[in-house]
Amino acid sequence: MKILSKILGPFTPLAGILILLLVWQIAFWVEVVDHVLLPSPWSMFVAVWQGMSGGQLLFDFFRTIERTALSILYAGIIGIPLGIIFGSSVGLYRSVEFVVDFFRSTPASAVFPLFLAISGPGDATKIQVATFGAALVILFNVAYGVMNARKTRLQAAKVMGAPRFRVLTDVMLFESLPQTFVGLRNGVSLALIIVIVAEMFIGSVDGLGHNVLDNQMLFEMPRMYAAIFVAGALGYSFNLLFLLIERRYVHWSGR
Amino acid sequence: MAEDANAPPSRAGASSPLSAAGATGDAHITIRGLSKTFGDAVIYDNFDLDIPRGRFVSVFGPNGCGKSTLINLISGLIDPDAGTIRFDGKHLRDTNFGYVFQNYREALFPWMRSIDNIRYPLKFRNIPRAEQRDRVDRLVERLGVTIDLNKYPYQMSGGQQQLVSIMRSLVIEPEVLFLDEPFSALDYEMTLFMRDQLQALFMDTKTTMVFVSHDLEEAVYLADDVMLLSRGPAEVADYVNVGIPRPRTAATISEDEFVQIKAHCLEVFQKLVRGT
Repeated sequence: MKILSKILGPFTPLAGILILLLVWQIAFWVEVVDHVLLPSPWSMFVAVWQGMSGGQLLFDFFRTIERTALSILYAGIIGIPLGIIFGSSVGLYRSVEFVVDFFRSTPASAVFPLFLAISGPGDATKIQVATFGAALVILFNVAYGVMNARKTRLQAAKVMGAPRFRVLTDVMLFESLPQTFVGLRNGVSLALIIVIVAEMFIGSVDGLGHNVLDNQMLFEMPRMYAAIFVAGALGYSFNLLFLLIERRYVHWSGR
Repeated sequence: MAEDANAPPSRAGASSPLSAAGATGDAHITIRGLSKTFGDAVIYDNFDLDIPRGRFVSVFGPNGCGKSTLINLISGLIDPDAGTIRFDGKHLRDTNFGYVFQNYREALFPWMRSIDNIRYPLKFRNIPRAEQRDRVDRLVERLGVTIDLNKYPYQMSGGQQQLVSIMRSLVIEPEVLFLDEPFSALDYEMTLFMRDQLQALFMDTKTTMVFVSHDLEEAVYLADDVMLLSRGPAEVADYVNVGIPRPRTAATISEDEFVQIKAHCLEVFQKLVRGT
Protein backbone atom coordinates (compact mmCIF):
# COMPACT_ATOMS: atom_id res chain seq x y z
CA MET A 1 0.00 0.00 0.00
CA LYS A 2 2.86 2.34 0.89
CA ILE A 3 4.71 1.63 -2.32
CA LEU A 4 1.55 2.11 -4.31
CA SER A 5 0.87 5.53 -2.78
CA LYS A 6 4.50 6.49 -3.39
CA ILE A 7 4.24 5.71 -7.09
CA LEU A 8 0.82 7.29 -7.44
CA GLY A 9 1.77 10.32 -5.29
CA PRO A 10 2.53 12.76 -8.08
CA PHE A 11 -0.67 11.82 -9.87
CA THR A 12 -3.07 12.54 -7.00
CA PRO A 13 -4.16 15.89 -8.49
CA LEU A 14 -5.42 13.92 -11.50
CA ALA A 15 -7.67 11.75 -9.35
CA GLY A 16 -10.48 14.33 -9.31
CA ILE A 17 -10.46 14.56 -13.09
CA LEU A 18 -10.53 10.79 -13.45
CA ILE A 19 -13.40 10.47 -10.98
CA LEU A 20 -15.37 13.15 -12.83
CA LEU A 21 -14.83 11.45 -16.20
CA LEU A 22 -15.69 8.07 -14.72
CA VAL A 23 -18.94 9.37 -13.19
CA TRP A 24 -19.80 11.00 -16.51
CA GLN A 25 -19.04 7.82 -18.45
CA ILE A 26 -21.15 5.69 -16.06
CA ALA A 27 -24.00 8.22 -16.32
CA PHE A 28 -23.70 7.89 -20.08
CA TRP A 29 -23.77 4.06 -19.95
CA VAL A 30 -26.77 3.81 -17.67
CA GLU A 31 -28.41 6.63 -19.64
CA VAL A 32 -29.33 8.86 -16.71
CA VAL A 33 -30.21 11.49 -19.29
CA ASP A 34 -30.91 11.07 -22.98
CA HIS A 35 -27.73 10.51 -25.02
CA VAL A 36 -28.57 13.56 -27.10
CA LEU A 37 -28.43 15.78 -24.01
CA LEU A 38 -25.47 14.04 -22.36
CA PRO A 39 -23.06 12.61 -24.90
CA SER A 40 -20.05 10.54 -23.82
CA PRO A 41 -16.91 12.32 -22.63
CA TRP A 42 -15.13 10.78 -25.58
CA SER A 43 -17.42 12.45 -28.12
CA MET A 44 -16.78 15.77 -26.40
CA PHE A 45 -13.03 15.35 -26.68
CA VAL A 46 -13.41 14.46 -30.35
CA ALA A 47 -15.42 17.66 -30.83
CA VAL A 48 -12.76 19.66 -28.96
CA TRP A 49 -10.05 18.15 -31.16
CA GLN A 50 -11.96 18.78 -34.36
CA GLY A 51 -12.99 22.30 -33.38
CA MET A 52 -9.54 23.33 -32.13
CA SER A 53 -7.63 21.96 -35.11
CA GLY A 54 -8.60 24.75 -37.45
CA GLY A 55 -12.38 24.66 -36.97
CA GLN A 56 -14.87 27.32 -35.89
CA LEU A 57 -14.10 26.64 -32.20
CA LEU A 58 -10.48 27.73 -32.59
CA PHE A 59 -11.56 30.98 -34.24
CA ASP A 60 -14.13 31.67 -31.51
CA PHE A 61 -11.53 30.78 -28.88
CA PHE A 62 -9.15 33.45 -30.19
CA ARG A 63 -11.93 36.04 -30.47
CA THR A 64 -12.79 35.52 -26.80
CA ILE A 65 -9.14 35.73 -25.78
CA GLU A 66 -8.76 38.94 -27.73
CA ARG A 67 -11.78 40.59 -26.10
CA THR A 68 -10.88 39.45 -22.59
CA ALA A 69 -7.24 40.46 -22.95
CA LEU A 70 -8.17 43.92 -24.24
CA SER A 71 -10.71 44.34 -21.42
CA ILE A 72 -8.21 43.45 -18.71
CA LEU A 73 -5.58 45.67 -20.31
CA TYR A 74 -7.90 48.70 -20.34
CA ALA A 75 -9.20 47.82 -16.87
CA GLY A 76 -5.64 47.75 -15.56
CA ILE A 77 -4.77 51.07 -17.21
CA ILE A 78 -7.83 52.66 -15.62
CA GLY A 79 -8.03 50.78 -12.33
CA ILE A 80 -4.42 50.71 -11.11
CA PRO A 81 -3.61 54.46 -11.20
CA LEU A 82 -7.05 55.35 -9.81
CA GLY A 83 -6.63 52.75 -7.10
CA ILE A 84 -3.27 54.21 -6.08
CA ILE A 85 -4.66 57.75 -6.04
CA PHE A 86 -7.76 56.85 -4.05
CA GLY A 87 -5.87 54.50 -1.76
CA SER A 88 -3.15 56.99 -0.83
CA SER A 89 -5.74 59.35 0.62
CA VAL A 90 -8.15 57.79 3.07
CA GLY A 91 -10.44 60.82 2.87
CA LEU A 92 -10.63 60.60 -0.90
CA TYR A 93 -11.32 56.88 -0.80
CA ARG A 94 -14.07 57.25 1.80
CA SER A 95 -15.77 59.78 -0.45
CA VAL A 96 -15.90 57.42 -3.45
CA GLU A 97 -16.12 54.15 -1.53
CA PHE A 98 -19.88 53.89 -1.74
CA VAL A 99 -19.99 54.49 -5.49
CA VAL A 100 -17.22 51.96 -6.10
CA ASP A 101 -18.85 49.40 -3.82
CA PHE A 102 -22.26 49.94 -5.36
CA PHE A 103 -21.13 49.43 -8.94
CA ARG A 104 -18.82 46.62 -7.91
CA SER A 105 -21.84 44.87 -6.45
CA THR A 106 -24.02 45.58 -9.48
CA PRO A 107 -24.00 42.57 -11.81
CA ALA A 108 -22.19 43.83 -14.90
CA SER A 109 -24.62 41.90 -17.09
CA ALA A 110 -27.35 44.23 -15.80
CA VAL A 111 -25.69 47.27 -17.34
CA PHE A 112 -25.12 45.50 -20.65
CA PRO A 113 -28.34 46.76 -22.29
CA LEU A 114 -27.36 50.27 -21.24
CA PHE A 115 -24.00 50.03 -23.00
CA LEU A 116 -25.74 48.37 -25.92
CA ALA A 117 -28.01 51.37 -26.25
CA ILE A 118 -25.09 53.79 -26.05
CA SER A 119 -22.45 52.03 -28.15
CA GLY A 120 -24.49 49.71 -30.36
CA PRO A 121 -24.16 45.97 -30.72
CA GLY A 122 -20.54 45.95 -31.91
CA ASP A 123 -17.37 44.56 -30.43
CA ALA A 124 -16.64 47.80 -28.54
CA THR A 125 -19.68 47.35 -26.30
CA LYS A 126 -18.59 43.91 -25.09
CA ILE A 127 -15.13 45.21 -24.26
CA GLN A 128 -16.52 48.31 -22.58
CA VAL A 129 -18.77 46.37 -20.22
CA ALA A 130 -16.03 43.88 -19.35
CA THR A 131 -13.58 46.75 -18.79
CA PHE A 132 -16.11 48.51 -16.58
CA GLY A 133 -16.60 45.45 -14.40
CA ALA A 134 -12.94 44.49 -14.17
CA ALA A 135 -11.68 48.06 -13.60
CA LEU A 136 -13.86 48.41 -10.50
CA VAL A 137 -12.55 45.16 -9.05
CA ILE A 138 -8.96 46.18 -9.76
CA LEU A 139 -9.43 49.70 -8.41
CA PHE A 140 -10.95 48.39 -5.22
CA ASN A 141 -8.14 45.90 -4.62
CA VAL A 142 -5.33 48.32 -5.47
CA ALA A 143 -6.82 50.98 -3.20
CA TYR A 144 -6.97 48.51 -0.33
CA GLY A 145 -3.45 47.33 -1.08
CA VAL A 146 -2.20 50.91 -0.85
CA MET A 147 -4.25 51.69 2.26
CA ASN A 148 -3.00 48.59 4.03
CA ALA A 149 0.65 49.27 3.22
CA ARG A 150 2.69 48.30 6.27
CA LYS A 151 3.00 51.45 8.36
CA THR A 152 6.46 50.51 9.59
CA ARG A 153 7.72 50.33 6.02
CA LEU A 154 6.43 53.81 5.26
CA GLN A 155 8.01 55.09 8.45
CA ALA A 156 11.27 53.37 7.57
CA ALA A 157 11.34 55.13 4.20
CA LYS A 158 10.57 58.41 5.94
CA VAL A 159 13.35 58.16 8.52
CA MET A 160 15.78 57.24 5.76
CA GLY A 161 15.02 60.58 4.15
CA ALA A 162 12.75 59.51 1.28
CA PRO A 163 10.67 62.43 -0.02
CA ARG A 164 6.89 61.92 -0.17
CA PHE A 165 6.82 61.08 -3.86
CA ARG A 166 9.55 58.48 -3.46
CA VAL A 167 7.64 56.88 -0.60
CA LEU A 168 4.79 56.45 -3.06
CA THR A 169 6.87 55.00 -5.89
CA ASP A 170 9.40 53.04 -3.83
CA VAL A 171 7.19 51.67 -1.08
CA MET A 172 3.44 52.15 -1.61
CA LEU A 173 3.53 50.82 -5.14
CA PHE A 174 5.38 47.66 -4.17
CA GLU A 175 3.35 47.22 -1.02
CA SER A 176 0.16 47.23 -3.08
CA LEU A 177 1.43 44.80 -5.74
CA PRO A 178 0.28 41.54 -4.06
CA GLN A 179 -3.23 42.97 -3.63
CA THR A 180 -3.09 44.38 -7.18
CA PHE A 181 -2.57 40.86 -8.48
CA VAL A 182 -5.53 39.63 -6.47
CA GLY A 183 -7.50 42.35 -8.26
CA LEU A 184 -6.11 41.39 -11.66
CA ARG A 185 -6.97 37.71 -11.16
CA ASN A 186 -10.49 38.49 -9.97
CA GLY A 187 -10.77 41.07 -12.73
CA VAL A 188 -9.81 38.69 -15.51
CA SER A 189 -12.28 36.07 -14.26
CA LEU A 190 -15.03 38.67 -14.24
CA ALA A 191 -14.01 40.04 -17.64
CA LEU A 192 -14.19 36.55 -19.13
CA ILE A 193 -17.66 35.98 -17.66
CA ILE A 194 -18.90 39.28 -19.04
CA VAL A 195 -17.34 38.69 -22.47
CA ILE A 196 -18.88 35.20 -22.74
CA VAL A 197 -22.31 36.49 -21.69
CA ALA A 198 -21.99 39.41 -24.10
CA GLU A 199 -21.13 37.05 -26.91
CA MET A 200 -24.49 35.32 -26.39
CA PHE A 201 -26.40 38.55 -26.99
CA ILE A 202 -28.12 39.52 -30.22
CA GLY A 203 -25.74 40.82 -32.82
CA SER A 204 -22.83 38.56 -31.88
CA VAL A 205 -21.32 36.50 -34.65
CA ASP A 206 -18.35 34.87 -32.96
CA GLY A 207 -16.66 34.08 -29.65
CA LEU A 208 -17.03 31.15 -27.27
CA GLY A 209 -20.32 32.44 -25.87
CA HIS A 210 -21.76 32.59 -29.37
CA ASN A 211 -20.37 29.12 -30.08
CA VAL A 212 -22.02 27.61 -26.99
CA LEU A 213 -25.40 29.17 -27.74
CA ASP A 214 -25.23 28.38 -31.45
CA ASN A 215 -24.52 24.69 -30.89
CA GLN A 216 -27.17 24.48 -28.20
CA MET A 217 -29.78 25.82 -30.63
CA LEU A 218 -28.60 23.41 -33.31
CA PHE A 219 -28.68 20.56 -30.76
CA GLU A 220 -25.01 19.83 -31.54
CA MET A 221 -24.43 18.70 -27.97
CA PRO A 222 -20.85 17.34 -28.20
CA ARG A 223 -19.82 20.66 -29.79
CA MET A 224 -21.62 22.63 -27.13
CA TYR A 225 -19.86 20.66 -24.40
CA ALA A 226 -16.61 21.19 -26.26
CA ALA A 227 -17.12 24.98 -26.28
CA ILE A 228 -17.98 24.96 -22.55
CA PHE A 229 -14.89 22.89 -21.87
CA VAL A 230 -12.68 25.29 -23.82
CA ALA A 231 -14.21 28.29 -22.01
CA GLY A 232 -13.43 26.63 -18.69
CA ALA A 233 -9.88 25.83 -19.77
CA LEU A 234 -9.45 29.44 -20.87
CA GLY A 235 -10.62 30.83 -17.53
CA TYR A 236 -8.32 28.46 -15.70
CA SER A 237 -5.37 29.40 -17.92
CA PHE A 238 -5.89 33.13 -17.45
CA ASN A 239 -5.86 32.65 -13.68
CA LEU A 240 -2.78 30.45 -13.90
CA LEU A 241 -1.00 32.96 -16.13
CA PHE A 242 -1.52 35.76 -13.62
CA LEU A 243 -0.45 33.48 -10.78
CA LEU A 244 2.78 32.67 -12.60
CA ILE A 245 3.46 36.32 -13.38
CA GLU A 246 2.77 37.15 -9.74
CA ARG A 247 5.09 34.46 -8.47
CA ARG A 248 7.83 35.67 -10.79
CA TYR A 249 7.56 39.41 -10.12
CA VAL A 250 5.92 39.60 -6.70
CA HIS A 251 8.18 36.95 -5.25
CA TRP A 252 7.88 38.32 -1.71
CA SER A 253 4.08 37.97 -1.62
CA GLY A 254 2.93 36.03 1.45
CA ARG A 255 6.43 35.66 2.87
CA MET B 1 35.59 59.52 30.23
CA ALA B 2 38.20 57.90 32.45
CA GLU B 3 36.68 59.17 35.67
CA ASP B 4 33.25 58.09 34.48
CA ALA B 5 34.41 54.52 34.24
CA ASN B 6 35.44 54.52 37.87
CA ALA B 7 32.62 56.60 39.21
CA PRO B 8 30.08 54.69 41.26
CA PRO B 9 26.71 54.46 39.59
CA SER B 10 24.60 57.35 40.64
CA ARG B 11 22.25 56.18 43.34
CA ALA B 12 20.63 59.47 44.02
CA GLY B 13 17.26 59.20 42.36
CA ALA B 14 16.84 62.90 42.95
CA SER B 15 19.69 63.90 40.62
CA SER B 16 18.26 65.97 37.82
CA PRO B 17 18.47 64.57 34.29
CA LEU B 18 20.08 67.73 33.04
CA SER B 19 22.97 67.52 35.47
CA ALA B 20 23.40 63.82 34.80
CA ALA B 21 23.84 64.49 31.12
CA GLY B 22 25.85 67.59 31.77
CA ALA B 23 28.32 65.75 33.94
CA THR B 24 29.38 63.53 31.07
CA GLY B 25 30.30 66.36 28.76
CA ASP B 26 28.33 68.16 26.11
CA ALA B 27 24.76 67.47 25.16
CA HIS B 28 24.14 66.09 21.70
CA ILE B 29 20.37 66.13 21.67
CA THR B 30 18.57 68.87 23.55
CA ILE B 31 14.89 68.48 24.32
CA ARG B 32 12.98 71.38 25.82
CA GLY B 33 9.34 71.70 26.80
CA LEU B 34 8.28 68.56 24.98
CA SER B 35 4.57 67.76 25.25
CA LYS B 36 2.57 65.00 23.68
CA THR B 37 -0.94 63.77 24.34
CA PHE B 38 -2.68 60.75 22.81
CA GLY B 39 -6.39 61.21 23.34
CA ASP B 40 -6.77 61.66 27.09
CA ALA B 41 -3.37 60.20 27.94
CA VAL B 42 -0.70 62.79 28.64
CA ILE B 43 2.54 61.04 27.67
CA TYR B 44 4.88 64.01 27.90
CA ASP B 45 4.22 67.30 29.60
CA ASN B 46 6.83 70.02 29.37
CA PHE B 47 9.62 67.43 29.30
CA ASP B 48 13.27 68.48 29.28
CA LEU B 49 16.18 66.20 28.54
CA ASP B 50 19.77 66.33 27.34
CA ILE B 51 21.18 63.27 25.66
CA PRO B 52 24.96 63.25 25.91
CA ARG B 53 27.23 62.88 22.91
CA GLY B 54 28.98 59.65 22.10
CA ARG B 55 27.26 57.66 24.82
CA PHE B 56 25.01 54.68 24.79
CA VAL B 57 21.78 55.58 26.55
CA SER B 58 19.27 52.84 27.36
CA VAL B 59 15.70 53.93 27.94
CA PHE B 60 13.79 51.71 30.34
CA GLY B 61 10.49 51.97 32.12
CA PRO B 62 7.07 50.44 32.69
CA ASN B 63 4.76 49.64 29.81
CA GLY B 64 3.11 52.65 28.28
CA CYS B 65 5.49 55.17 29.83
CA GLY B 66 6.44 56.46 26.41
CA LYS B 67 9.84 54.86 25.83
CA SER B 68 9.25 54.30 22.15
CA THR B 69 7.25 57.49 21.86
CA LEU B 70 10.33 59.39 23.01
CA ILE B 71 12.54 58.21 20.16
CA ASN B 72 9.65 58.50 17.72
CA LEU B 73 9.24 62.12 18.74
CA ILE B 74 12.98 62.80 18.49
CA SER B 75 13.25 61.12 15.11
CA GLY B 76 10.22 62.89 13.68
CA LEU B 77 7.98 59.84 13.26
CA ILE B 78 5.49 61.52 15.58
CA ASP B 79 4.93 65.26 15.76
CA PRO B 80 5.06 66.73 19.26
CA ASP B 81 2.25 68.96 20.47
CA ALA B 82 4.81 71.41 21.76
CA GLY B 83 8.50 71.71 22.47
CA THR B 84 11.77 71.85 20.62
CA ILE B 85 14.29 69.16 19.79
CA ARG B 86 17.75 70.12 18.54
CA PHE B 87 20.79 68.15 17.51
CA ASP B 88 23.82 70.32 18.27
CA GLY B 89 21.44 73.20 17.73
CA LYS B 90 20.40 71.81 14.34
CA HIS B 91 16.95 70.83 13.27
CA LEU B 92 16.16 67.16 12.62
CA ARG B 93 16.05 67.63 8.84
CA ASP B 94 19.67 68.75 8.86
CA THR B 95 20.73 65.77 10.93
CA ASN B 96 22.02 62.43 9.76
CA PHE B 97 20.37 59.83 11.95
CA GLY B 98 19.59 56.13 11.83
CA TYR B 99 16.59 54.28 13.20
CA VAL B 100 16.29 50.55 13.82
CA PHE B 101 12.76 49.23 14.17
CA GLN B 102 11.64 46.41 16.41
CA ASN B 103 9.82 44.66 13.60
CA TYR B 104 12.55 44.04 11.03
CA ARG B 105 10.17 41.99 8.88
CA GLU B 106 7.99 45.00 8.35
CA ALA B 107 10.79 47.54 8.23
CA LEU B 108 12.89 45.98 5.47
CA PHE B 109 11.76 46.08 1.84
CA PRO B 110 11.17 42.46 0.79
CA TRP B 111 11.17 43.35 -2.92
CA MET B 112 14.80 44.39 -2.70
CA ARG B 113 17.83 42.22 -2.11
CA SER B 114 19.44 42.85 1.27
CA ILE B 115 22.33 44.71 -0.32
CA ASP B 116 19.87 47.08 -2.02
CA ASN B 117 18.02 47.53 1.25
CA ILE B 118 21.27 48.63 2.85
CA ARG B 119 22.05 50.98 -0.02
CA TYR B 120 18.58 52.51 -0.13
CA PRO B 121 19.10 55.49 2.24
CA LEU B 122 22.17 56.55 0.25
CA LYS B 123 19.90 57.35 -2.71
CA PHE B 124 18.73 60.49 -0.95
CA ARG B 125 22.15 61.79 -0.05
CA ASN B 126 23.80 62.62 -3.37
CA ILE B 127 26.53 60.07 -2.96
CA PRO B 128 28.24 58.82 -6.12
CA ARG B 129 27.72 55.16 -6.99
CA ALA B 130 31.33 54.18 -6.43
CA GLU B 131 31.28 55.74 -2.98
CA GLN B 132 27.99 53.98 -2.23
CA ARG B 133 29.58 50.63 -3.01
CA ASP B 134 32.66 51.47 -0.94
CA ARG B 135 30.57 52.41 2.04
CA VAL B 136 28.67 49.15 2.01
CA ASP B 137 31.92 47.21 1.57
CA ARG B 138 33.54 49.02 4.47
CA LEU B 139 30.52 48.38 6.65
CA VAL B 140 30.50 44.68 5.77
CA GLU B 141 34.17 44.47 6.63
CA ARG B 142 33.89 46.38 9.89
CA LEU B 143 31.01 44.24 11.13
CA GLY B 144 32.62 41.05 9.85
CA VAL B 145 29.40 40.16 8.11
CA THR B 146 29.55 36.76 6.44
CA ILE B 147 25.93 36.43 5.32
CA ASP B 148 25.10 36.54 1.61
CA LEU B 149 23.66 40.00 1.09
CA ASN B 150 22.35 39.10 -2.33
CA LYS B 151 19.57 37.19 -0.64
CA TYR B 152 16.16 38.69 -0.16
CA PRO B 153 15.31 39.48 3.47
CA TYR B 154 12.66 36.77 3.64
CA GLN B 155 15.33 34.19 2.79
CA MET B 156 17.23 35.10 5.95
CA SER B 157 16.85 34.28 9.64
CA GLY B 158 15.42 36.88 12.00
CA GLY B 159 18.83 37.82 13.36
CA GLN B 160 20.27 38.22 9.89
CA GLN B 161 17.36 40.42 8.90
CA GLN B 162 17.84 42.65 11.91
CA LEU B 163 21.54 42.83 11.14
CA VAL B 164 20.67 44.02 7.62
CA SER B 165 18.31 46.53 9.20
CA ILE B 166 21.09 47.82 11.46
CA MET B 167 23.49 48.01 8.52
CA ARG B 168 20.91 50.02 6.61
CA SER B 169 20.76 52.52 9.46
CA LEU B 170 24.56 52.71 9.70
CA VAL B 171 25.46 53.08 6.05
CA ILE B 172 24.67 56.79 6.15
CA GLU B 173 27.25 57.11 8.96
CA PRO B 174 24.73 58.65 11.33
CA GLU B 175 25.48 61.08 14.13
CA VAL B 176 22.80 59.42 16.23
CA LEU B 177 21.33 55.95 16.14
CA PHE B 178 17.90 55.19 17.59
CA LEU B 179 17.00 51.59 18.34
CA ASP B 180 13.47 50.60 19.28
CA GLU B 181 13.62 47.23 21.09
CA PRO B 182 15.63 45.86 18.18
CA PHE B 183 16.26 42.41 19.64
CA SER B 184 12.92 41.66 21.24
CA ALA B 185 11.73 39.48 18.36
CA LEU B 186 14.88 37.35 18.33
CA ASP B 187 15.58 34.15 20.22
CA TYR B 188 17.93 34.32 23.22
CA GLU B 189 20.99 32.95 21.46
CA MET B 190 20.64 35.47 18.66
CA THR B 191 19.94 38.28 21.14
CA LEU B 192 23.24 37.59 22.95
CA PHE B 193 25.11 37.60 19.66
CA MET B 194 23.46 40.80 18.43
CA ARG B 195 24.14 42.61 21.74
CA ASP B 196 27.81 41.98 21.29
CA GLN B 197 27.69 43.06 17.65
CA LEU B 198 26.04 46.29 18.71
CA GLN B 199 28.50 46.82 21.55
CA ALA B 200 31.48 46.30 19.21
CA LEU B 201 29.93 48.73 16.79
CA PHE B 202 29.43 51.33 19.49
CA MET B 203 33.00 50.95 20.75
CA ASP B 204 34.22 51.30 17.19
CA THR B 205 32.18 54.33 16.12
CA LYS B 206 31.26 56.09 19.37
CA THR B 207 28.02 57.08 17.69
CA THR B 208 25.46 58.46 20.12
CA MET B 209 22.94 55.68 20.60
CA VAL B 210 19.50 55.79 22.16
CA PHE B 211 18.30 52.28 22.85
CA VAL B 212 14.76 51.50 23.98
CA SER B 213 14.50 48.19 25.76
CA HIS B 214 12.00 46.21 27.77
CA ASP B 215 14.71 43.89 29.03
CA LEU B 216 16.52 45.37 32.02
CA GLU B 217 19.51 43.06 31.76
CA GLU B 218 20.02 44.07 28.15
CA ALA B 219 19.48 47.74 28.92
CA VAL B 220 22.18 47.73 31.63
CA TYR B 221 24.54 45.45 29.71
CA LEU B 222 24.76 47.78 26.76
CA ALA B 223 24.43 51.17 28.42
CA ASP B 224 26.72 53.94 29.51
CA ASP B 225 23.62 55.44 31.05
CA VAL B 226 20.29 53.87 31.88
CA MET B 227 17.44 56.33 31.81
CA LEU B 228 14.46 55.16 33.83
CA LEU B 229 11.19 56.75 32.80
CA SER B 230 8.09 57.03 34.94
CA ARG B 231 4.56 56.84 33.67
CA GLY B 232 2.09 59.49 32.56
CA PRO B 233 3.32 62.09 32.08
CA ALA B 234 6.82 60.70 31.69
CA GLU B 235 9.56 61.99 33.94
CA VAL B 236 13.12 60.80 34.29
CA ALA B 237 12.81 58.79 37.50
CA ASP B 238 16.50 58.00 37.62
CA TYR B 239 19.53 58.38 35.42
CA VAL B 240 21.98 55.63 36.27
CA ASN B 241 25.56 55.67 35.13
CA VAL B 242 26.99 52.27 34.20
CA GLY B 243 30.75 52.50 34.55
CA ILE B 244 31.61 48.89 33.81
CA PRO B 245 34.45 48.88 31.27
CA ARG B 246 33.91 47.52 27.77
CA PRO B 247 33.92 45.12 26.15
CA ARG B 248 31.42 43.58 28.48
CA THR B 249 30.90 39.86 28.14
CA ALA B 250 28.59 37.13 29.37
CA ALA B 251 30.73 37.04 32.54
CA THR B 252 29.90 40.70 33.20
CA ILE B 253 26.31 39.78 33.89
CA SER B 254 27.27 37.88 37.05
CA GLU B 255 29.77 40.47 38.34
CA ASP B 256 28.91 42.35 41.55
CA GLU B 257 28.84 45.77 40.00
CA PHE B 258 26.48 44.69 37.24
CA VAL B 259 24.22 42.89 39.66
CA GLN B 260 24.10 45.93 41.95
CA ILE B 261 23.25 48.35 39.18
CA LYS B 262 20.60 46.06 37.84
CA ALA B 263 19.13 45.59 41.32
CA HIS B 264 19.02 49.33 41.81
CA CYS B 265 17.27 49.85 38.49
CA LEU B 266 14.82 47.10 39.31
CA GLU B 267 14.03 48.72 42.64
CA VAL B 268 13.31 52.04 40.97
CA PHE B 269 11.28 50.27 38.31
CA GLN B 270 9.16 48.43 40.87
CA LYS B 271 8.42 51.67 42.69
CA LEU B 272 7.29 53.12 39.39
CA VAL B 273 5.07 50.18 38.59
CA ARG B 274 3.45 50.19 42.06
CA GLY B 275 2.67 53.82 41.44
CA THR B 276 4.28 56.98 42.71
